[in-house]
Amino acid sequence: MSVEVVRVTDVNKSFTIQKQKSLKERLVNHRAGKLHEETFAALKDISLTINLGESVGLIGPNGSGKSTLLKIIGGILSPDSGQVLTRGRVAALLELGAGFHPDLSGRENTFLNASVLGLTRTETERHFDEIVEFSGIGDFIDTQVKFYSSGMYVRLAFAVAVHVDPDILLVDEVLAVGDEPFQKKCMDKIHSFQEEGRTIIFVSHSPGQVADICDRAIVLEKGALVEDSTPIVALGRLRRDYQQVIAAERTEQETTSSPHTAEISRIYLTDSLNSRHDSDFQVVMPPGSDLMIHCEVQFPAAVPDWALNIAIENFLGQVFVEADTRSTLAWTMPSQAGTLRFIVTLPNLQLGEGDYSVRVTVRDDQDRTLDMLPQAGYFAVRGFKHVSGPVYCEPAVKFLSE
Amino acid sequence: MASDRADRLSQELLRDLFPRQSVFPASIASIAAIWQRRELLGLLVRREIRAKYKDSTLGLVWSLIRPLVLLAIYYVVIGKFLGATRMIANFPIHLYAGLTLWTLFQEAVFAGTGSILSNAAIVKKTALPREIFPLTSIGAAGFNFIIQLVILIVAVAFTTGFDWSIGFLHFPLAILIIVTWATAFALLLSALNVYMRDVQHLVEVVLMIGFYVSPVIYSWGMAAPHLSGVLQEIYLANPITLAVMGTQRVVWDPTPAYPWPSHLALRMLIVWVIGLAAVFLAQRLFNRLQSNFAQEI
Repeated sequence: MSVEVVRVTDVNKSFTIQKQKSLKERLVNHRAGKLHEETFAALKDISLTINLGESVGLIGPNGSGKSTLLKIIGGILSPDSGQVLTRGRVAALLELGAGFHPDLSGRENTFLNASVLGLTRTETERHFDEIVEFSGIGDFIDTQVKFYSSGMYVRLAFAVAVHVDPDILLVDEVLAVGDEPFQKKCMDKIHSFQEEGRTIIFVSHSPGQVADICDRAIVLEKGALVEDSTPIVALGRLRRDYQQVIAAERTEQETTSSPHTAEISRIYLTDSLNSRHDSDFQVVMPPGSDLMIHCEVQFPAAVPDWALNIAIENFLGQVFVEADTRSTLAWTMPSQAGTLRFIVTLPNLQLGEGDYSVRVTVRDDQDRTLDMLPQAGYFAVRGFKHVSGPVYCEPAVKFLSE
Repeated sequence: MASDRADRLSQELLRDLFPRQSVFPASIASIAAIWQRRELLGLLVRREIRAKYKDSTLGLVWSLIRPLVLLAIYYVVIGKFLGATRMIANFPIHLYAGLTLWTLFQEAVFAGTGSILSNAAIVKKTALPREIFPLTSIGAAGFNFIIQLVILIVAVAFTTGFDWSIGFLHFPLAILIIVTWATAFALLLSALNVYMRDVQHLVEVVLMIGFYVSPVIYSWGMAAPHLSGVLQEIYLANPITLAVMGTQRVVWDPTPAYPWPSHLALRMLIVWVIGLAAVFLAQRLFNRLQSNFAQEI
């Protein structure tokens, strides 16, 4: 049974960009101010529903409206139009230690911060020992927080926040603080929140965190919802968009410098076992299959000594296998004009279970990029759970007699 | 545990976070939301008071020293040098009564004006009824007022004594008037100040003038002859003036007979009721302006 906990319908939000804050500036620049007033659409017709128990990542480039959407769901900012319905207790972990006063002791701040987050005094008293325990502050609890190290401050604040017992937890990048053991503690807590069936809505720039925590990811770009899917697909989409931006910048610099042109017109993947296809992946294969990359490249004119580069990456952009006809294989590619079709085989690919994408690049004799498809195809490796990790093998054991 | 949560939540209705309500239901909803967070309000008031005097040896005594020094200065300069003591009987009581009420109003409005900005960290990152912050300023000012009130009561008890007739009711009504109007101003100005930072400076100046508009360092008896019909009515329309006079009427013993303005009690009741309407309007305006606080701060 799924229980809907957030329903956002046609939400729009725009901001007025206006830097004049003082009365004098407003009076003096009254006319001009009106002319120079710009509105900026932070969110455009956003609609989505989120169910109890889901962990949703909101991802997108800077300024895409992720935090604005999170604040609207949290009731901190109101939309210009549209409706937001929620159910259950919402806790916004947008800033750790909101309302901490440096001159007050850790104890006093704990009660205050807990109250800001919606706990009653009796609830705070009941959880107080746990909070101190979780934070690891110990005897410093009665010291003024201005004497705390930044780590202690954050640990106490986080300890308070996670004891609020929300049904919906909104998290905005705050997990990017603290040292590694503390970050692990945060992650463990988030995972236990998930096991307890809470909803987590999470803004992050870290694909690793989104992949680790979320079972659904929503991509926002320029205030519009462009993808709402599994983290793999959503992160892939985001990465493709990022790489297009980067590639566009690069080709602007590079294509002008190269006298040659080429276009990768088609790429598709198959494997030796003809494994099944699904909507997200062109190939879902077991470890050890041969991966075939079918390529079609158009050369308007013959390009002498061109090179092909094929890389297998996960959606975090980590490269697992990279084959280059020039630098690693020392092959010579046939130079001719027209459409060239060929199949590159990566035989016996012992990749661990996971989701992968293929990047294909064509370069000229001076290593200038002629064309690149950052995510030319997707495939997944599934099955044979003998080992975990990025590389697959089948371990064996042999006991030696005395 | 997870299924318990699902069961519990499936019983609940979806809440609209930003309901479009008409004026009165919206006000009632706001009051209910504030009432729900009264515990937080209490903690914030405590924080204001404790943080102010934390690490100072004299602590709370400081909130007494300031008005007492002010009292001494006015007594010596205005009372003795300028001769007010000769024209106003029991001048220190007259002065201190006015000073106490004025200080309540001034502290509440001034701190209230800056309250949203000074709590920016909370306002930007949490969903709370934001009225709590100006109300915190009222609460903290009220706490200081109570301390000063104790001194006033002790002083009056040992000198002129209280007017224990029905007329005593002027006194609580005076406090109500101050609190009501201070709330209205604090709500309105705190919200405006987010959008125009000049407001806090303007408030400072206006409060400086405001002090001399009420009969604190001079008496109504001294001012009245200089004010003709309309001016007198304008002067007496000031809620603070009426509250100050209402208090003086109870705690101060002007011998010989004093020319109190006519219908003082009625005037006070009227400005109080108007004050309540002002709070209502200020809250509506606050509610409109607060929707963009998180962005504007």
